[in-house]
Amino acid sequence: MGKVVKVSGPLVVAEGLAEANVSDVVRVGSQNLIGEILNMSGDSASIQVYEETSGLGPGAEVVTTGLPLSVELGPGMLENIYDGIQRPLPEIKEATGDTIARGISIPALNRKKKWEFVPVVKEGAKLIGGDVIGTVQETSAILHKIMLPPRTGSCVLKWIKKGEFTVDESVACVTLANGKELEISMLQRWPVRIGRPYQQKYTPARPLNSGQRIIDTMFPVAKGGTAAVPGPFGSGKTVVQHQLAKWSDVDIVVYIGCGERGNEMTDVLNEFPELKDPRSGESLMKRTVLIANTSDMPVAAREASIYTGITIAEYFRDMGYDVAVLADSTSRWAEALREMSGRLEEMPGEEGYPAYLASRIAQFYERAGSVQCLGTDDRRGSITAIGAVSPPGGDISEPVSQATMRIVKVFWALDSSLAYARHFPAINWLTSYSLYTDALTPYYEKEFGPEYMQNRNRALRTLQEEAELQEIVRLVGQDALSAGDQLTLEVARMIREDFLQQNAFVTEDAYSTYGKQYRLLDLVLRYEDKCREALDAGCELQPLFGIAARERIGRAKTADPDNYEAIYDEILAQMNAQIDEIKAGGEDE
Amino acid sequence: MIKEYKTIREIANPLMIVDNVEGVTFDELAEIELPDGSVRRCKVLEVEGNRAVLQLFEAAQGINLAESKVRFLGHPLQLGVSEDMLGRVFNGMGEPIDDGPEIIADDYRDINGLPMNPAARAYPAEFIQTGVSAIDGLNTLVRGQKLPIFSASGLPHANLAAQIARQAKVLGKGENFAVVFAAIGITFEESEYFINDFRRTGAIDRTVVFSNLANDPAVERIATPRMALTAAEYLAFDKGMHVLVILTDITNYAEALREVSAAKKEVPGRRGYPGYLYTDLATMYERAGRRLDNPGSITMIPILTMPEDDKTHPIPDLTGYITEGQIILSRDLHRKGIVPPIDVLPSLSRLKDKGIGEGKTRADHAGTMNQLFAAYARGKEAKELMTILGEAALSDDDKLYAKFADAFEKEYVSQGNETDRSIIDTLTIGWKLLSILPERELKRIKPEFIEKYLPREEAKE
Repeated sequence: MGKVVKVSGPLVVAEGLAEANVSDVVRVGSQNLIGEILNMSGDSASIQVYEETSGLGPGAEVVTTGLPLSVELGPGMLENIYDGIQRPLPEIKEATGDTIARGISIPALNRKKKWEFVPVVKEGAKLIGGDVIGTVQETSAILHKIMLPPRTGSCVLKWIKKGEFTVDESVACVTLANGKELEISMLQRWPVRIGRPYQQKYTPARPLNSGQRIIDTMFPVAKGGTAAVPGPFGSGKTVVQHQLAKWSDVDIVVYIGCGERGNEMTDVLNEFPELKDPRSGESLMKRTVLIANTSDMPVAAREASIYTGITIAEYFRDMGYDVAVLADSTSRWAEALREMSGRLEEMPGEEGYPAYLASRIAQFYERAGSVQCLGTDDRRGSITAIGAVSPPGGDISEPVSQATMRIVKVFWALDSSLAYARHFPAINWLTSYSLYTDALTPYYEKEFGPEYMQNRNRALRTLQEEAELQEIVRLVGQDALSAGDQLTLEVARMIREDFLQQNAFVTEDAYSTYGKQYRLLDLVLRYEDKCREALDAGCELQPLFGIAARERIGRAKTADPDNYEAIYDEILAQMNAQIDEIKAGGEDE
Repeated sequence: MIKEYKTIREIANPLMIVDNVEGVTFDELAEIELPDGSVRRCKVLEVEGNRAVLQLFEAAQGINLAESKVRFLGHPLQLGVSEDMLGRVFNGMGEPIDDGPEIIADDYRDINGLPMNPAARAYPAEFIQTGVSAIDGLNTLVRGQKLPIFSASGLPHANLAAQIARQAKVLGKGENFAVVFAAIGITFEESEYFINDFRRTGAIDRTVVFSNLANDPAVERIATPRMALTAAEYLAFDKGMHVLVILTDITNYAEALREVSAAKKEVPGRRGYPGYLYTDLATMYERAGRRLDNPGSITMIPILTMPEDDKTHPIPDLTGYITEGQIILSRDLHRKGIVPPIDVLPSLSRLKDKGIGEGKTRADHAGTMNQLFAAYARGKEAKELMTILGEAALSDDDKLYAKFADAFEKEYVSQGNETDRSIIDTLTIGWKLLSILPERELKRIKPEFIEKYLPREEAKE
């Protein structure tokens, strides 16, 4: 047992901890504050305490638990909301009221609740670590697979029970290679700072369908990929993250609110149970785990929250599920690192951030990926990691943005000038990129035909041309442009307003299927083709811009998702007819 | 038995080091008694073995190292709270300065408060009508929101904040409201402007004032907003009131924080502000909100002046990342005589979407709002182009947009500090302005609303 000698905010130094290990979780003082050992020197340990240290002084006792910071994994995590070190917030509310008092110790998984366990293997079966031995229908949307702990090794199943159990009751027993018996419960523990093992990683080759047109069509992310959403405040980072959490076609969503607003978490808690997954028809909350370490909660636990979240994600990945991890915001996490580093009096790197900032960010994103899971069957799972970045002043030359850009493959750059014009999602089409387009093209071509990517590339080219033409317009005015160039500008505007803009708060528009995305963009591009034909036939521009079908194209994105094809066909027919009419009129004269 | 120490080793304003202490804890409050009997307060910043580092809340002037005594009080800085605080004036440390009686405290609260459990929050969704079109129509304030005003030196933020405090109301509800006003390092005149305005409207009896003026000790400012929020939390969540908290000026607060950080020789972040400025501001701003099963609410309007009108300066920047939007005042509009000079494009209310629409304001609100924003943005772009190339270079549509932008600033934004517009008036003015544009351009509004609300042709020529 050790004694505190120094307290400076969340950093505590204690002596007499010779038996403790680096990274052990410790309990500090009479209030049993939770801390983690960062460094050791002789028998003195520097401890980061995950709770407010007010009232703590020298002489207070420190006890090590002998275990690294771990999470509990098992049924009961879905639909729940945890703090940064996996304490269940609804139960804290029951215990201490509306505010979070200190030193509370509530297990992450409810010990009283019984789950219906259904074995899927028979006694005498030969198993290895990671094998699924049974299932629990955790929510109506998700079948929770109970696996042997990863490091079990090869073993033989001695017995297995069917029925209702709590998470810490034994449901099975295996005989290990060394002849010992090991009882298995539905609960596993795993240290958060170590990635859970898998057999093999693959290059991601399937897109994550987010229902967001600028993402799916223009800058797609792969399942198992990594993406960053940087942007100044007010540019809609959180709305993008929320949209991804709502509409992504993954099995599980882990949403980490890291040092952000409390009301945003409340919003998710209120809204997700009401929303239906467009694929399964189930409530979105049934596939969601929330980690909330809001900005007013202790800063050290913010550092841990990212790891807590990704470890939970890895556990679901190991079941063979596709998981999305959304971290909002990694900059706040980096600031927590900086604060602890400063208190440890480490030599700072850039802007006061510790020198190990880049390697920590890289380690986090590298835990994403598409893998073959442990076990004898051929399960494959993936984690897609999407992190928001909040660069000071929106300037991405700062260390967190730069370190993130070096590692992620997709970059959705949010732009404040788009946000001011209420162009949402305010993802800038000129500066954003996706390095997955090549890897995903075969998938898109196979599923939706070669035109999908051709149209996408053509639209991006048009937007690029628009940027160049705009510079000329700024110098000499629009009238100086040729009719063809003016049409390019008009079409670019249609791509921006009628296709890329997507209103998260309008039900029909919040989510677009691939089919609807393709048809909508196609509609705009066909308009361009038709107009170019008419121009070549000698028509004037203005009547072409003024046709009545244009307004309908503008409203096409909010067309009924079940019936959009018929509506688009009708618009297309109307558009063609109206342009033909103008052409005919022009020829008559 | 409280021990007294006469072992002050060093004072380097605003820090003090005391040796040979026992049983001292982090964040504990302490008192220094001077030889003449006067008492000053300080708090523990760091304790290592038997040495404590303290931060003074008042000036160090006159403290004698050998003769002064230090007492540790065994608790953090607290505020005695009571409903009797309404109508009273306190200094930045929570002591009454209005010659009234001492407050008999109901309870003593740690001024740092405790983090609110996100699972216990109620999402703010109740529309507050401020009577200011640029806010109600476009950047709607809701009850329990924290919405700062980003101002700059020489801009009339005080007038706008006072106007909001005066006119704010929730439609069709009886009120149990209170105002908590914290003056943080501002001048006597500015503070007096607010207090006079509260007096004029009679709100003064429902107001608690915490006053740390420009000539009061700077380090005291670190406690002032937290005093105010502790009082606000008590009134809102213990007494069920709807509390409007005005904190002005956060820039002064952040500078005081920087002063202490520099004295502690901490590694500075951007512009010398400590790396924990974000967390520190968040622990204040996040105290706004509503709680489940609690009738009260805290709506917060912090005011800050942007140094050099620079929105990317750390103080506005970090504030914007925490608060639920921002109202930005513009020097250009102020010069043009637009009152209040709210720059609506970079202004934002993040909670507006749940606070507007059918049953709250009117069904057409969201669509017209988006249309006004988009039209004004395009209009401003057109006007920029016009200044370079002349009006002839604009397309016909762009000419209409430019006309719209001018009319929008004059009729919609500029309403003066005394006009109290109802939300219906605001929406009507919005529709009138939109009628300047061709109807086919109104793509963000549902056709049925255009049918119902758009003023028809007979108005034009």
